[in-house]
Amino acid sequence: MLGKLTWAAIPFNQPIPLVTSIVMVCGILAILALITLKGWWPYLWNEWFASTDHKRIGVMYVALGLVMLIRGFADALMMRAQLALAQGGATGFLPPEHYDQIFSAHGTIMIFFVAMPFVIGLMNFVVPLQLGVRDVAFPVLNSVSFWLTASGVLLVNLSLFIGEFAKTGWLAYPPLSELAYSPGVGVDYYLWSLQISGLGTLLAGINFTTTILKMRTFGMSYMRMPIFCWTALASNLLIVAAFPILTATFALLLLDRYAGFHFFTDNLGGNAVMYINLIWCWGHPEVYILILPCFGVFSEVIATFSGKPLFGYHSMVVATMAICVLSFLVWLHHFFTMGASADVNGFFGVMTMIIAVPTGVKVFNWLFTMYGGSIRFTVPIYWTIGFMVTFTLGGLTGVLLSIPPADFVLHNSLFLIAHFHNVIIGGVVFGFMAGYNYWFPKAFGFTLDETLGKVIFWCWFIGFYLAFMPLYALGLMGATRRMQHYADPSWQPYMIAAFCGAALIFAGIGLMVVQLAWSIRTRERRRDLTGDPWNGRTLEWGTASPPPSWNFSVEPHVHGIDAFWAVKTKNKELHKVAESRYEADHKPHYETIHMPKRSGTGFVSAFFAVFLGFGLIWHIWWLVIVAVICCIGVLLRQAWDTDRDLYITAEELEDFDRRHPSLGAQL
Amino acid sequence: MRICGIALLAATLTGCSAAVLDPHGPIGRQEKLILIDSTVIMLAIVIPVIIATLAFAWWFRAGNSKAKRLPDWDYSGRIEFVVWAIPALVILFLGGIAWLSSHDLDPPKPLESSVTPLDIDVVSLDWKWLFIYPDAGVASVNKLVLPVGTPVRFHMTSATVMNSFFIPQLGSQVYTMAGMATRLNLMVDDPGDYHGLSAQFSGEGFSDMTFDVSALSRQDFEQWLDGTRTGGGILDASAYEALTHPSAKDPQHTYGTVSGDLFDAILMHPGAAPSAAQIEHSDSAE
Amino acid sequence: MNAANLALDAHGKPLPLSERGPASTWSMISFGFWLFLLSDIVIFSALFATYAVLSKATAGGPSGSDIFDLKNVFIETCCLLASSFTCGLMLIAAERRELQKFYLWAAVTWVLGACFIGLEVTEFSDLVARGFGPTHSAFLSAFFTLVGTHGCHVSSGLLWLLVMTAQVATLGLRTTVIRRLFCFSLFWHALDLVWIGVFTIVYLGSVHAA
Repeated sequence: MLGKLTWAAIPFNQPIPLVTSIVMVCGILAILALITLKGWWPYLWNEWFASTDHKRIGVMYVALGLVMLIRGFADALMMRAQLALAQGGATGFLPPEHYDQIFSAHGTIMIFFVAMPFVIGLMNFVVPLQLGVRDVAFPVLNSVSFWLTASGVLLVNLSLFIGEFAKTGWLAYPPLSELAYSPGVGVDYYLWSLQISGLGTLLAGINFTTTILKMRTFGMSYMRMPIFCWTALASNLLIVAAFPILTATFALLLLDRYAGFHFFTDNLGGNAVMYINLIWCWGHPEVYILILPCFGVFSEVIATFSGKPLFGYHSMVVATMAICVLSFLVWLHHFFTMGASADVNGFFGVMTMIIAVPTGVKVFNWLFTMYGGSIRFTVPIYWTIGFMVTFTLGGLTGVLLSIPPADFVLHNSLFLIAHFHNVIIGGVVFGFMAGYNYWFPKAFGFTLDETLGKVIFWCWFIGFYLAFMPLYALGLMGATRRMQHYADPSWQPYMIAAFCGAALIFAGIGLMVVQLAWSIRTRERRRDLTGDPWNGRTLEWGTASPPPSWNFSVEPHVHGIDAFWAVKTKNKELHKVAESRYEADHKPHYETIHMPKRSGTGFVSAFFAVFLGFGLIWHIWWLVIVAVICCIGVLLRQAWDTDRDLYITAEELEDFDRRHPSLGAQL
Repeated sequence: MRICGIALLAATLTGCSAAVLDPHGPIGRQEKLILIDSTVIMLAIVIPVIIATLAFAWWFRAGNSKAKRLPDWDYSGRIEFVVWAIPALVILFLGGIAWLSSHDLDPPKPLESSVTPLDIDVVSLDWKWLFIYPDAGVASVNKLVLPVGTPVRFHMTSATVMNSFFIPQLGSQVYTMAGMATRLNLMVDDPGDYHGLSAQFSGEGFSDMTFDVSALSRQDFEQWLDGTRTGGGILDASAYEALTHPSAKDPQHTYGTVSGDLFDAILMHPGAAPSAAQIEHSDSAE
Repeated sequence: MNAANLALDAHGKPLPLSERGPASTWSMISFGFWLFLLSDIVIFSALFATYAVLSKATAGGPSGSDIFDLKNVFIETCCLLASSFTCGLMLIAAERRELQKFYLWAAVTWVLGACFIGLEVTEFSDLVARGFGPTHSAFLSAFFTLVGTHGCHVSSGLLWLLVMTAQVATLGLRTTVIRRLFCFSLFWHALDLVWIGVFTIVYLGSVHAA
C-alpha cells in the first residue's frame, strides 16, 4: 500500500536528524497556527500564493532562498566542525553514513534552492520594471515556476526526516548513484526533487527570454535596455538551452534505477563517462546562469552609486553574450583527469581560458565606471568592491585549474573547493546581497538599516577569507574533498581556522535576520517617499515604492539608455515630484488597462507535484497515478478558464498616481 | 585580505609538507613549475587590478574634493582596446602553456628514460587499493612499493565505482573506472615514504582509501619482490572475490602468486568478480 | 504620450521593430512556444548523443541491424508524415471557421497518429517478448529510450488533440483556442522532424553499420 515506506524511514536512532526534524516540524506548525489564529490565510492566498504579479513572485523566490540558505549553511557548519575535530583516531560526531548525506545536501541545496531562487527572484522583480512593462510574458506560468521550485524544496526537506538523502555528492555520479551502490531512496529524493524544480526553472527561462525579447516598452531597442536585462537575457537563454540536458540525463539515471536500464551501470555496456559528459554540459552553463545576472547587478550598482553611466555599455553587452555562447564549449574542464587525450584536454583548457577574457573586460569596465565618478559608499557598493577583489582572485585560481597538468594535481582537492566557493560566494552571493540591499526599498517602501548592512558585509567578507584561504593551502598539501576524517595532524589548524570562518559567516547570516526584523521595526525612519532613494538611472526608480501591481500607469517612451536619468536631467530637479506645473503641461493620458487575475494554478499543480514526487520516491504507485490525474486536471481547468482578466480603470490609475507622486509620470 | 592569504600560503610552504609543492618525481616537478609560473604571470595582472579597485574607490569617493569628476565619461576607444587586449594577450600566452603542457604531461605518455619501465596494474575496490605486479606475479593491498629512478607504467581500472589514483608528491592523478583501463606514467626520484589516496568520492569507506607508497632503491626493490614471492598468499578467483566484499581500513598484505592475467579479467567483466575460468581464459587470450 | 503600437516615429519614418513597444499576444505566445520546442529538441539531442555513444554497446546481444524491421518503420513514417499533412488541413479549416472540416481532419490526424503509436507499441512488445528488451544492454536501453521518448511525445500530442477537439466543441473557435491549435500544430510538425532524425540515425544508420 505504501510502497517502500515503513516506520524504519523515520530516523529515530539518529539524534541529529531527529532533533532537527522535530524542531522544524514544530516551527512550521507554530507558524501555521499563528497564521490561522490571526486570520491571515485570505490575505496570504490572495496577495501572495495565488499572485501572478512578478514582484510578489520575485519576493517569494528570495524568501525561499533565504530560508534554504539557513538549511544549506547549517550543513556547511556541520561539515567544518566535523573536519575540525576528526583528525587521526578521532571520528568526529558525524559518521560517514551521515556526513556523506550532509555534503551532498549542502551542494544540492546551495546551488538549486538558494542560488537559483536568489537569482531568479531578482530577475523576476526587476526585469519587467526595468523594461517599462507591466508583467512578464506569461504571468500564470511564472507562478507555476515558483511553486514547482517550492515543491522541490519541500521534497528535499522531507528527506531529512522521512528516509535519507543522496550520499553521492551534489551531482550523483554513477556507478555510485546506481541502484547497486545506492539502494536507498536518497538518490531518488535527489533526482525527483530536481526534476520537478528543474521543470519550473525551464519554464521561467522561456518566460523571461520571451519577455526580454518581445516585451519592452516603446522606444526601448535592444541597445537601450538596462545592462541587467542583457545579463538576464543571457542567463535565461542558457536556462532554455541547458536545463533540458539535466532533465534528460536525470531521466536516464532514473530509468536505470527504476526500470533496470543500462545507461550508466557497470555491466551490460553501461557507460558512466557518458553521464559525466552530459551532466557537465548542463553544469557549466549552470554556473554562468548564476553569475551573469549578478554581473548585471554590479553594473547597475556601480553606475548608480558612482553617478556615472556604465563605462563601455556596448562592450559589456558583447562580453555578456560572448560568455553566454562560450559557456557551452568548456565543460570538459570538470574532468580533465578522466583520461581524455591531450588534444581534447588541451582544447578545453584553452577554451576555458578564452572565457576569462570577456570576464576580465567586465572588471576593467567596472573600474573605469568608478573612475571620474562620485562614489557613495552604501551597502551595495561595499558588496561590489568586495566582489571585485574576491572574484578576481577566484578567477585567477580558475585559470590556474584550467591548465590540465595543474588540474592533474589539484582536481577534487580542497583547492578546487576553495576556488569554486571563491567565485560563487564572491560572485553570486555578494551579487545577490548587493541586489537585495539595492532593490529592497523598491519592493517594500523603506531601505534596510545601513549600519547592520555594513556589519553583515564584513562578517561575510572576513569570514569567507578565513574559511577558504586555509582550504587553498590544504589542497596544496594533498587534502582531497569529501573526506570525513584525515590522518595528517598538520592539517588540523587549517581546518579549525576554516571552521572559525564559517562561524563568522553564520554570524553574518544571523545578522541578516536581525537586520530584516530591525529594519521593519524602524521602517518609518527610512521611508522611501519618492520612489528613487538612490538617485537611480533606470526605469524602476520612476515608480512608487512599492510600485502598484500594474507598475506603470502610463507606458513609458524611452529615447536612450538610462531613460530615467535622462528624464531627471531634463527636469534638472533631482528628487522633486511632479508638481502642479508639470501636471498641467504633462498630465498623462490614462486609459483602462488589463492585468492578469490572480490564479491558484501554480500552487495547486505544485501541491500535486509533491505527492507525485513522494509517490515516485517511495514506489507508492497508486499515489503516482492519482497525482498525475490531478495534475492533468489542473491543466484542463486552466485550459477552460476564460475569465482571466482584471481591468483597472483610468480613474484608479490617476488616483494612485496622485497619492504616490513620482517622476514616473514624466516618462 | 589577499595579503593575509599570501602570508598564510608562505607559512604553509616554509612550515609544513605542502605535498603538491614538494614533489619527488619529474612529473610532479614539472607540474609544480607550471603552478608557480602561471600564478606569477596572473598576479602581474591581478595585483594591479585589485590595487586599482581599492584606489579608485577611495580616491573617487563622494567626499573627496580633490578628485576630478567626469560625470558623462562612459566610453574611450583606446581604453576599450587595451581592456580587451591585455586579457587576450595573457590568455594567449597561458593558453600556449596549457596546450603544450597538456601534451608534454599527458598521463599515458611514456617517460623519457634509459631504464626499462616497470608495469603495475591498479584496481580500486570498495574501499582499498590492489596493486598487481604482472611481470613478477605478485600483488599488494594498500601498499605500493616502487623502485627509485624507474619509469612506472600504471594500467588502472575499478572493480566498482569511480575512484581516482593519486600520489600528490609524485604528480598527476587519473580516474579509475569499471570496464575501462586508464593509463598513467610516473617516476619517483628519491627513496622514502609517500602518501597515496583516492581523490574521487566512492562511498562510505572513502576516507580510509589511502595507501602507503614506499620508494626503494633498485636493489631493495628486487629484494622486496623476492620476499613477497616467497611470502605466500595466492590471489586467485576466490581470494579476489573475497577482496571485493566492501570493507575499509584493510591491513596491508601481499600475495606471492597471482592467477593468470587477473587485471585483464577484471577489466573484461566489470560489475562482478571474474570466475576462475574467466581468469584462465584471459591469460591464454594474451 | 500613451498610444497603441506606433509604427512611425515623430518624423513619420518607420520605427525599427525593436522600438515599437510590447509585441502582440499572438507574437509572444508563438515565440514562447518555439522556445519550448527548442528546449524539447535539446532533450532529444542529449538522447541522440547517448544513442550514438551506446549504439555499439550491445554486450554480446543483438545490434540494430539484427532486430530492426524497416518495413514497419516505413509504414510508421508514412502514418506520421501523413498526419502532419492532415494536421495542416485541420488548421486551415479552423482558420476558415469550417467546423465540420475541422472535426474531420482532426479525427484523421488522430487516427494516423494512433496507428503510429500502435505500430511502435507492437514493435516494442515484440522485441521484449523475444528477449531484446531495454534491460538487456546499453544499446537496447538507448534505443528504447530515444524512440520511446518520441513515442511518449506523440502520445501526449494525441491526448492534447483530444483536449483541443473538446475545447473547440465547448468554447468554439475563439482566438485563444485558435492560438492553442497553432501551438499544437507546431508541436506535431516538430515531432515529425525529430522522427526523421530518428529513422535516419537509428534505423537507416543500423543498415550502414551492418
